[in-house]
Amino acid sequence: MQQFAQLVKLLSNSTKTNEKLEALSRYFATAPAKDKSWVLALFSGRRPKRTVNSTQLKNWCMQATAISGWLFDECYHTVGDLAETIALLLPPGTTPLAAPLHYWLEQLQQLEKADESTKQSFILNAWNALDSGERFVFNKLITGGFRIGLSQKMMVNALAKTYDIEPATLSHMISGNWDPRNVTIEALLHQHTTGADASRPYPFYLAYALEGAPDALGAEKDWQAEWKWDGIRGQIIKRERQLFVWSRGDELITEKFPEFTPLLAMLPDGTVLDGEILTFANGLPLPFQTLQTRIGRKNVTRKQLQEAPVIFLSYDLLEWEGADIREKPLAERRALLIQLVQQTGMSVLQLSPEIDFDNWEQLTLLRGQSRDKGSEGLMLKKKSAPYQVGRKRGDWWKWKIDPLTIDAVMIYAQKGHGRRSNLYTDYTFAVKDGEQLVPFTKAYSGLTDKEITEVDNWIKRHSLEKFGPVRTVQPELVFEIAFEGIASSNRHKSGVALRFPRINRWRKDKPAAEINTLEDLKELLRINGNNPGA
Amino acid sequence: MNVLQFTDNGIYCPAGDFYIDPWKPVKRAVITHAHADHARWGNEYYLCENASVPLLRLRLGNDISVQGVAYGETIFFNGVKVSLHPAGHMIGSAQIRVEQNGEVWVASGDYKPEHDGLSAPFEPLRCHTFITESTFGLPIYRWAPQQQLFDNITQWIYENQQAGKASVLLAYSLGKAQRLLYHLKDKADHFLVHGAIAIPHDVLLQEGWPLPPVERITPETPKSAFKNAVIIAPPSAEDNAWMRRFHPYALGICSGWMQVRGNMRRRNADAGFALSDHADWPGLLEAVTATGAEQVYVTHGFSSVFARYLSEKGINAREVTTSYGDEEMITNPEN
Ligand SMILES: [Zn+2]
Ligand SMILES: [Zn+2]
Repeated sequence: MQQFAQLVKLLSNSTKTNEKLEALSRYFATAPAKDKSWVLALFSGRRPKRTVNSTQLKNWCMQATAISGWLFDECYHTVGDLAETIALLLPPGTTPLAAPLHYWLEQLQQLEKADESTKQSFILNAWNALDSGERFVFNKLITGGFRIGLSQKMMVNALAKTYDIEPATLSHMISGNWDPRNVTIEALLHQHTTGADASRPYPFYLAYALEGAPDALGAEKDWQAEWKWDGIRGQIIKRERQLFVWSRGDELITEKFPEFTPLLAMLPDGTVLDGEILTFANGLPLPFQTLQTRIGRKNVTRKQLQEAPVIFLSYDLLEWEGADIREKPLAERRALLIQLVQQTGMSVLQLSPEIDFDNWEQLTLLRGQSRDKGSEGLMLKKKSAPYQVGRKRGDWWKWKIDPLTIDAVMIYAQKGHGRRSNLYTDYTFAVKDGEQLVPFTKAYSGLTDKEITEVDNWIKRHSLEKFGPVRTVQPELVFEIAFEGIASSNRHKSGVALRFPRINRWRKDKPAAEINTLEDLKELLRINGNNPGA
Repeated sequence: MNVLQFTDNGIYCPAGDFYIDPWKPVKRAVITHAHADHARWGNEYYLCENASVPLLRLRLGNDISVQGVAYGETIFFNGVKVSLHPAGHMIGSAQIRVEQNGEVWVASGDYKPEHDGLSAPFEPLRCHTFITESTFGLPIYRWAPQQQLFDNITQWIYENQQAGKASVLLAYSLGKAQRLLYHLKDKADHFLVHGAIAIPHDVLLQEGWPLPPVERITPETPKSAFKNAVIIAPPSAEDNAWMRRFHPYALGICSGWMQVRGNMRRRNADAGFALSDHADWPGLLEAVTATGAEQVYVTHGFSSVFARYLSEKGINAREVTTSYGDEEMITNPEN
């Protein structure tokens, strides 16, 4: 366990990708075989079944330390992580046991059918046997969510280095259903590898942001325009009678999206599609948050499938009848794509529509309707261009709409989690309604680390009241809040709900008396409302 | 009338007409220790422990009117009996004991019960009313024994040296930096320090404190001097172009706040050492219990939590607001 705790510590402290990679490949070169399988499982979304829950952990810790509920909560709010809070609260252990990671994980698995008191005594004994660093990871294994800056991609790269296998091949090898209790990494990596080549995606072509007007791009007729959607960029590959779905993060995500399984029968062999995975209902995209519910998990529940059904909105064809056609001009690829989508005739595979326009002015006007369509703006693609590799200037441009903005005052603050666990980073904002302040949104991101520290300091000096983790602050700091959409909502006091609210900038130049009003928000709703995405 | 009162200017003794660590200029100030939030500028007269005098002059100017007393020495202000006792927080740090008609109040200033080798060891005092700090007044703060922390730091320095890196340790310039130097003095050939640390260091060496010699880093210091070196700098040097010339180096932060992982990650440090000059949770409890006080006032830190906890334990405890170090002092490097 010590070795794993060290690894976790190093991965979460290091800010340098190289250091992390090195630590990981060192780990994979030296750790016991069974531990390695577990680490691979843990960091590729194969979390073991929960046999003990967070509430039990919390209660047993409170009993063991004789700390009352409110004091535990204060500690938790300061630390921001339950596993770490417990590790810090427990007194030093008295009966150290140097057992490897898989020992603890297998013991935990065996608790599945055990009664409460057996579970409790196992946990208390474990705490007593582990040092503070080990306890933290032990608790984390139970509560889940190691947010230690380790992506599956990084792990794949480390393994690729240790075992000298190509990353894409390796991704394929470790995909699928396997149980770390009876499969070793070596066994996974010695499978025959022909299938791996079949799964290999093409590097994605990425667009630059268009700054300024599109006139500079030249003649309208040379350009194709599409709506820009906020989903997961992906490739669907059908080769050798197998179907693979890749995300742009080089993650093989086939199993997360069972909706695409029927495409296996419908797509011809030797096909690679580029497009966007979107949650979609009644012909319109759903907010990105619904898609997020699908990303985080390995196994999709029936409920998720119903609430967040996905489609693949295809916009390019990279391989056709087994041939790489990326060098063909877009217009030709598009013609083939249209034909393919029509032949396939399935609602999960759709075509990103081309927007009709005669001149740039007309397109500029159409762009103004993006928000109504739940889109982020436009994509412009040169009809004569090949499909390039990586982010390249010239042939593909994203032309996003400007966000809506409103000036608001901060009224509540709450501490963040993880990296910002001891700082006030989550804020609630209000607009004016006569003499009253009406809260209308929370917003987190958008400030620099330096500004966050400054705001945090200010909050600690200007608190009016404290309700648990929330502080009411003097309504003085003004921020410009940007958002992508607005909709009416009766769940909110203000009567509106915002889509993707974030802090655009800190308006140190503006006194609180000059912030926007509820009336201003309602005006924005009248102009921009009924956005299906909001 | 209470022996001590909490006023807008600071902790005040009406009968003796003096303040303890006032935050606005007053006539007579009794100072617990030389940190900026406790010893402020502009008072007409200062009284502090002997070892604090040169530090106060350094911080507030040579022209201040300051009187030094020894630990345990008694002085009278209008018949109120005042004496200073070791607080163990830093060189010269003191608890202020005030006795009027047999009633004893003690203002702790900042303190730590663990003996750091340099400052006079913390002395538990019996009193009726105890005014305590609570910088780390949460049960998650339990320090490892300092020997273990210094072993970890030494180990980290060796590992850096093996990797061909300098070790940059961030530590508050007054107190923490000297504690590090004192404990690491046999672990490195020599130490390079930031000017903010070199200045009080010179003063303390002149006063005869058992500290190792240090080399002050100047623009002329050759880059070769930094190879595998041990460098001590104040937290303000972080994110500063000043550090760039040390490359390759590893950054370690010495502060009680490093107890929580998120704080270390936020600061982008390679290592965090929870080394504090304040009492941890068990230390605070032990200190409060040892005073036998019937009444406890809790100042800066997790004051409301600690006061509530003490109240539940049957001690009459109350939170008071002061202008000493900000609550949670994440950005305050002193801790
Ligand atoms: Zn201090
Ligand atoms: Zn203080």
